[in-house]
Amino acid sequence: MEPAGARAMAGLAGTWQRLHPLSPLVRAGRGVFAIVVILLLPASHNSGSSTNDWLHVIVLVVAFLLAGISWLVTRWRIEDGDLRMESGLIRRTSERFPLSQIQAIDTVRPGLARVLGLAELRIRVAGGSRRAGRLAYLTSADAEVLRVRLLAMSRGAAVAAAPDVSAPAFERTLITVESGPLLASLMLSGPGLLLELLALALFLAAILAPTVAAGAATTAALALVVLVIHLFQRLNGSYGLTVSETGMGLRVRAGLIETSDETIPGARIQAIRMVEPFLWRMLGWCRVEVDVASQKSRGRQDRLEARAVRSLLPVGPRGQGLALVATIFPEAPHERLVPPARARLKSPLRYGRLSWAANDRFAVTTSGRLRRATDWVPLAKVQSIRRVEGPVQRALALASVHLDTAGRRVHAVVRDRDREEAARLLEELPDRCRHARRLEVAGRG
Amino acid sequence: MAAGPLTWYSPSPRLRTLRRLEVWAVTLAALAVVIGASLAAGSTAAAAICAACVAFAGLLADYVAGRRVRAWGYAERAEDLLVRRGVMFRRTSVIPYGRMQYVEVAAGPLERAFGLATVQMHTAAAASDARIPGLAADEAARLRDQLTALGESHAMGL
Repeated sequence: MEPAGARAMAGLAGTWQRLHPLSPLVRAGRGVFAIVVILLLPASHNSGSSTNDWLHVIVLVVAFLLAGISWLVTRWRIEDGDLRMESGLIRRTSERFPLSQIQAIDTVRPGLARVLGLAELRIRVAGGSRRAGRLAYLTSADAEVLRVRLLAMSRGAAVAAAPDVSAPAFERTLITVESGPLLASLMLSGPGLLLELLALALFLAAILAPTVAAGAATTAALALVVLVIHLFQRLNGSYGLTVSETGMGLRVRAGLIETSDETIPGARIQAIRMVEPFLWRMLGWCRVEVDVASQKSRGRQDRLEARAVRSLLPVGPRGQGLALVATIFPEAPHERLVPPARARLKSPLRYGRLSWAANDRFAVTTSGRLRRATDWVPLAKVQSIRRVEGPVQRALALASVHLDTAGRRVHAVVRDRDREEAARLLEELPDRCRHARRLEVAGRG
Repeated sequence: MAAGPLTWYSPSPRLRTLRRLEVWAVTLAALAVVIGASLAAGSTAAAAICAACVAFAGLLADYVAGRRVRAWGYAERAEDLLVRRGVMFRRTSVIPYGRMQYVEVAAGPLERAFGLATVQMHTAAAASDARIPGLAADEAARLRDQLTALGESHAMGL
């Protein structure tokens, strides 16, 4: 019986290591259940023709063969200060991740993997311009040992120097999401309300017009199932979400069935958005999201990664949200400037919520019609600045200024400002952004 | 820092001709379709009215296209590039050279026939909007090389 983490140590020492044999099974995920159901259903009826049974056997054998081959050809090791991963039989893929550029390593445990005691490592490289390397799946012990060692090596430690896995690094918990408000917020969200309305409609129809209800039963059931699955995915993504501040960035742990443990270095944060939806404002709740630079990903497995917007606080009191933002962006400005009164003619619904402020390092904008969205953008992360003036704005001598970032969801817009103010912004902001960039590089280098 | 007077450059005048050609090609095609359909339906009066409408729309589109071409401009400053465009929605973009990821020069078949090309600057933000169509081919090449050199010298990380 090998000691825990022996494979990880062997890989670190330079021997080619394979992933856990059950990895193809876990990667197939829900597909496995679907295949099993499809194969077992006819068998349970009556074994009509023996050719049907042979077909099932052949499908099973082929599936096992493919899984076995996929496991055989995938391997990894540490070599010359790089993490090398190879996979593929017909089209071989070889990836190389320089250890010195490793920015963060995330741990993801889908439900099936948790049951089997496995975990996946996602290795993020600085620059955000390439996809994260994925080691799926290793045993939990191997994954933890490898993660700690790789992070230590990325900071310059030699392979032999052994940081104690159990020694706690600096970590301070910022927030933990409570399940009660989380469930309530889901029920109050768009899909949640739709689900409730649909259930109510079905219930009423069953009482008042049973024939109609029976006719619509299948479609309604399908719609209900889809909504429930969607809501459950959202619940899973935010259940027990804990954000803590560590030496390497923000550590976000969450999950009910599928757990994930992700570290977001400060350099990756492009913008932070706090949203107060209309219904939530009455309860004093808000939601805080952080926009990170990430590549467009393909495939179901990348659902976690494809969420360019990470939820830091799925639901919580407004004071908690503001305190969280103040911890991540300590020097953000507070005083806000409102747009000129004639902007009310152009954006009557939005006018009450428009404001903005900026200092040397951050810009804050608020916007929104029914909900209020506040965006914090570090000036060092601004990619380009655009001034846009529509026909109505021109008539009212207004203009809007957009601050573009590399994030994909958060758009910081300074809306409906006086024309002179917008022109002045267009002159001043690029200089301020440049100085902020220089400060950041000087601070880093 | 106070900026000196900016020199705004425009795309080549040949872009105007190209746009006019595009508009009239579409208008003639629409005219043919409309007249053919009306005559097949058997009414010459309807054909005349529809033809008049299409012709008027063509004139309007030509005028709008002309104004859009005139509104397009770019200016190179010490630290960034300014691009302005649009008639109804006037947009002015400021793209710092240090934020430039790559410069793309593209020319469709019509553009190539007129000796023109489109230069587009890309940053890490998808919303960055720095596209200058209808530049003379040598001006496009000069701009691309200059932007690339400036981008390298100003480059800083993400």
